[in-house]
Amino acid sequence: MGRYIARRLLLTIPVLLGASFLIFAMVYALPGDPIRALGGDRPLSPAVVAQLRDQFNLNDPLWLQYVKYLGNALHLDLGTDFRGRPVLATIEQRLPVTVKLAAVAIFFEVVIGIVAGVLAGIRKNGYFDNLVLVATTLIVSIPILVLAFVAQYTLGLKLGWFPTSGTKEGLYSYALPGLVLASGSLAYVARLTRTSIAENMRADYVRTAKAKGLPPRTVIVRHTLRNSLIPVVTFIGADAGTLLGGAIVTETVFNLPGLGRAVFEAIRGQEGSVVVGIVTLFVFFFIFFNLVVDVLYAVLDPRIRYD
Amino acid sequence: MTEQQQSDLLHDEVQAGTTTGLASPSVDVTSSRQNSLWSDAWAQLRRSVMFWTGAVLGLIFVLMAVFPSLFARGIDPRDCDLSNSKGTPTGAHWLGYDQQGCDYLANVVYGARNSLLIGFLGVLGVLILGVIVGAIAGFYGRGIDSVLSRLTDIFYALPLVLGIVLLRTGVLGERGPRTVAIALALFSWMTAMRLVRSQVIAVKSSDYVAAARAMGASDIRILVRHILPNAVAPVLVFATITTGVLIAAEATLTFLGVGLQAPAISWGLQIANGQTLLRTAPHLVLFPSIALTLTVMAFILVGDALRDALDPRQRS
Repeated sequence: MGRYIARRLLLTIPVLLGASFLIFAMVYALPGDPIRALGGDRPLSPAVVAQLRDQFNLNDPLWLQYVKYLGNALHLDLGTDFRGRPVLATIEQRLPVTVKLAAVAIFFEVVIGIVAGVLAGIRKNGYFDNLVLVATTLIVSIPILVLAFVAQYTLGLKLGWFPTSGTKEGLYSYALPGLVLASGSLAYVARLTRTSIAENMRADYVRTAKAKGLPPRTVIVRHTLRNSLIPVVTFIGADAGTLLGGAIVTETVFNLPGLGRAVFEAIRGQEGSVVVGIVTLFVFFFIFFNLVVDVLYAVLDPRIRYD
Repeated sequence: MTEQQQSDLLHDEVQAGTTTGLASPSVDVTSSRQNSLWSDAWAQLRRSVMFWTGAVLGLIFVLMAVFPSLFARGIDPRDCDLSNSKGTPTGAHWLGYDQQGCDYLANVVYGARNSLLIGFLGVLGVLILGVIVGAIAGFYGRGIDSVLSRLTDIFYALPLVLGIVLLRTGVLGERGPRTVAIALALFSWMTAMRLVRSQVIAVKSSDYVAAARAMGASDIRILVRHILPNAVAPVLVFATITTGVLIAAEATLTFLGVGLQAPAISWGLQIANGQTLLRTAPHLVLFPSIALTLTVMAFILVGDALRDALDPRQRS
């Protein structure tokens, strides 16, 4: 196990480096001169431009800029945006919003997704099963962009049940955006749980448990569910990595000052260092959670051994 | 086995209280021609409500993309009168007017073309990239596989945000349906690659591949004629669903202001413009949203139905 983790950690290094270089190169290729844009209507004096270009290493070739960036990143210095604010400070300020949003989304996935999946799976092809099947198909088909507006308009504006904008009402502000963000994965969790439960309901050990005379509840919760949840837990783990990586649409529609919106604003303002810093963080989340999931898989299912 | 024999067997089994499986075989082993995967799948698809709902919806939107003026009742989407601004639906103008006073039905109908075009072009790009990279990685294995797999990991980890950056750089050329499709394809080919790669690895050491090689077939011929056909079913399911996903992604990019740009007619643009008027004229967001959702749903329904039909294990 230890060797497996070490090997996987080694493999993440080229992926992380490759991804960050790609981001760096793309941002580098953005058109326009960000320094000149900084001056607005009044052109900056050539001396100031030269000094700024030097300060942000804009005169070096691409690869050298990247190497210098990496060198600084090793000391946790992710550079500054053009107004001199450290990128790390922006991340520290915005990260909590994104983490809370992702946490709320995962909460909904777990609670609604698993309950619906279990209820559907224990009576396959029953009334509730068909209901869940239709509902999940519907939810998966609604683009998150549309769902965000529908939820904001009906549950927020018309019914007034949820706050629709900003983070003023604490964790409750995250309820509606969290639900919207979770929707697609929630449907997937419900289906995954359903299939898994339905499969395990026919397993020998479940028949044994029933034959022993255990109450149906115990059979489902203690025997079927525990085994059925392995693929679900791993999916949710991997999804956490995705949810943390840029809920741009949700954060934009619900006006949440998270990392997704920060990176989007940075792309518009051509704040290269901010884009590279935040997107590299997204990539890191993604890789990290996938690694955790693979390890978790072996821990939960003793039949899987990596060594 | 004749029907008479089979019903006799069934009768015997009921009498004996056992099942041998012979009375109701999944394939009739004595029949001269066995059903292929595809004819079995079609037999199941024909009975699927999901499939027909999706297929009919999809057909309607394809027709709408090809002959928009028919669905727009002959109204020009750019024939606008400001005095009708934000007008609600009437008998003559079923979906009302947008902020500029243009007929909204015509605008929503004309939006189908860009969405479907980008969806299909994007999936084409995804398939080209995914199949080529996946086939090479799976077939040659070893070092080439490691490098290509890591490359896939890199793209997997990159969020769609990068599509935005790419579109803004202008590397892909002037922004239009083609460039948006390319940007989307560049950030969605990875699953196709892994699908193809795993299928290639699964069958490349089978006897019939060895036989083909022994008869002197070239690598490309083995790949194209003997190995890749195995991946057609899963790739078809993936491609159908991905078309819907890409159409939604296009609307999202356009909504964020980095996809299609006015004067192009696009559901994403309509939603973006209607967003600010959500409180006063909710129909401006509602109608393009419905069109977008139904289009995405068409592809997801067909894809889901295809998956159920093409997976023999799910058959009862």
